[in-house]
Amino acid sequence: MKLVNPLAAIFHPPPTPGLLAVFGHLDAAVDAIGRLRAAGHSDFTVYSPVPRHELEDALDQPVSPVRMFTLIGGIAGCAVGAWLTLYMSYDWPIVLGGKPIGSIPPYVVIMFEMTVLFGALSTILGIAFNALFAARRLGTVAYDPRFTNDKFGIFVPSEPARASQVESLLRGAGAEEVRRA
Amino acid sequence: MADTPTSRVTYDVVTRSIARTLGNPGKGYFALLALAVALLAVGIVCLLFLLRYGLGLAGYSHPVYWAVYITCFVFWVGIAHSGTLISAILFLFRSGWRTAVYRTAEAMTVFAVMTAGLFPLIHIGRQWYFYWLIPYPNERGLWPNFKSPLIWDEFAIGTYFTVSTVFLIMGLIPDIAAVRDLATGWRKKLYAITAVGWRGTNEQWRHYTRGYLYLAALATPLVLSVHSVVSWDFAMALVPGWHATLFAPYFVAGAIYSGVAMVITLLVPIRKLFHLEELITVHHFENLAKLCLLTGLIVSMSYCTENFTAWFGGNAHERAAFWYRAFGPFWWASWTMNICNGLLPWLLWSKKVRTSVVALFVVSIFVNIGMWFERFVIIVVSLAGEPFERFANATYNPTWADWGIMAGSFGWFFMWFLLFVKNFPAVSISEVKEVLPAPKRGKAVAA
Repeated sequence: MKLVNPLAAIFHPPPTPGLLAVFGHLDAAVDAIGRLRAAGHSDFTVYSPVPRHELEDALDQPVSPVRMFTLIGGIAGCAVGAWLTLYMSYDWPIVLGGKPIGSIPPYVVIMFEMTVLFGALSTILGIAFNALFAARRLGTVAYDPRFTNDKFGIFVPSEPARASQVESLLRGAGAEEVRRA
Repeated sequence: MADTPTSRVTYDVVTRSIARTLGNPGKGYFALLALAVALLAVGIVCLLFLLRYGLGLAGYSHPVYWAVYITCFVFWVGIAHSGTLISAILFLFRSGWRTAVYRTAEAMTVFAVMTAGLFPLIHIGRQWYFYWLIPYPNERGLWPNFKSPLIWDEFAIGTYFTVSTVFLIMGLIPDIAAVRDLATGWRKKLYAITAVGWRGTNEQWRHYTRGYLYLAALATPLVLSVHSVVSWDFAMALVPGWHATLFAPYFVAGAIYSGVAMVITLLVPIRKLFHLEELITVHHFENLAKLCLLTGLIVSMSYCTENFTAWFGGNAHERAAFWYRAFGPFWWASWTMNICNGLLPWLLWSKKVRTSVVALFVVSIFVNIGMWFERFVIIVVSLAGEPFERFANATYNPTWADWGIMAGSFGWFFMWFLLFVKNFPAVSISEVKEVLPAPKRGKAVAA
């Protein structure tokens, strides 16, 4: 009896059934997004070689949660900077230049640098977490290498029974080609 | 639109002409790379001698204990600054022309900070104890002195290196994905790994554009802070010629001035070697020249202010220090600095000079020489002319170990830079496309 590798489901998930449409023109893709949303589709994926406000407006997505990562990282960095300087000063107290042991003004420099460092690193984590690892249907959605060059694309997950209906919708909006995946 | 490359350029042209830079670059490229590696080898040999025989080889003598290595450190940190200016500050200002040049500038930033970081380590003498700068719980229970500008500097440079590196990598991801989709063979595998699964989906762009905005917003105050902190290494000391409140803005303007000049110096050969004339146009060079002119004038203004303060301030030591600078034994360094940084940028008022790539290349090299001498004058000449040390002054002269290690630093920098432009997209693919008109129905852009 052949055993099923339990990791295969994680590393090689089966592809999502649906349709992949390729658009040569931005306004055609925007048009298709509008029609798909009107027809009640919500979990389609839009590919584009550049970020465009037209697509963002058509998709009407919520603001990215990356900003919370930046804010929390920045505050944490500032706190670490304050802790580092003050704790280390009082741990081995030496009077330098006749100044108090814990002198805030020079420590502001360290606190500022740590704010930026932690803020930037947690922003990167936020992007990686949201855009790469927490992406919807990660790695199971059909793709075309032209989408990083000069074509826009829309993948619509759909049952084979409804596929022809979605296909005519996409073609009506101006898709150059539609293929079933 | 004046800010975009020529109108014949379409999305496809952009991808292909930038992807072409990853192909065989020709003999000129390998000649430059060989030169860089040879310079690096000279530097390494000199460094080995320095490690063996100590800092005496660097020609340090009382009262000059900060010399060419610290000069090079400040020079290279300064070079780094314009990269972040172009990639972060101009991003926040939404200036479209930056897209064609910012990747080069950003890569330059990372490699310049990498080069700069070596110099304090070389300069400390017992290089193997460099880790004493790091606040770690050691067996004597000692911590670094956070009231010292040298420790601020370590934190500033460390943060700057980390943030500019992640900023560069972030910008590269969509472009690596674009070349991945064109590449074949082992390159496809390499770019597939380094593109970390980028496909340009709406979800990815949503988080990416937000995150990029915040990174730019964090990098903007950072770039201003880093050279301010470097200037405080000097301004916090009491040496006449160093102890001035002017130093932070003066250093930041000087840093951007030298950095923009270095961007021009680097872009001219890159554009030629990789045939990027259609993407990096004379218009871009003119904008860089304007930035150079602006910061150059701020630097000239700072020279005037410095000298005026020395004369008008009534402090005899300060006045003596500036007299020593201009007419002492190091007069040649001061006047090289004044001519290259104070007079030469006036050429850039002329549109003819600003739009001539050859003229700009020549001016940019002189600006770099001038800015190196500016740091030399500030550091070495101020120390040599210390009025309390008059009996001992002017005995310092840079040695072969200084020049050799400095040449090595140029080799190190250019080696990394050349390897980068050959193996990764040296012009941002996705951001150049952003400033192009998107293909629309009815008025499709002719290919």
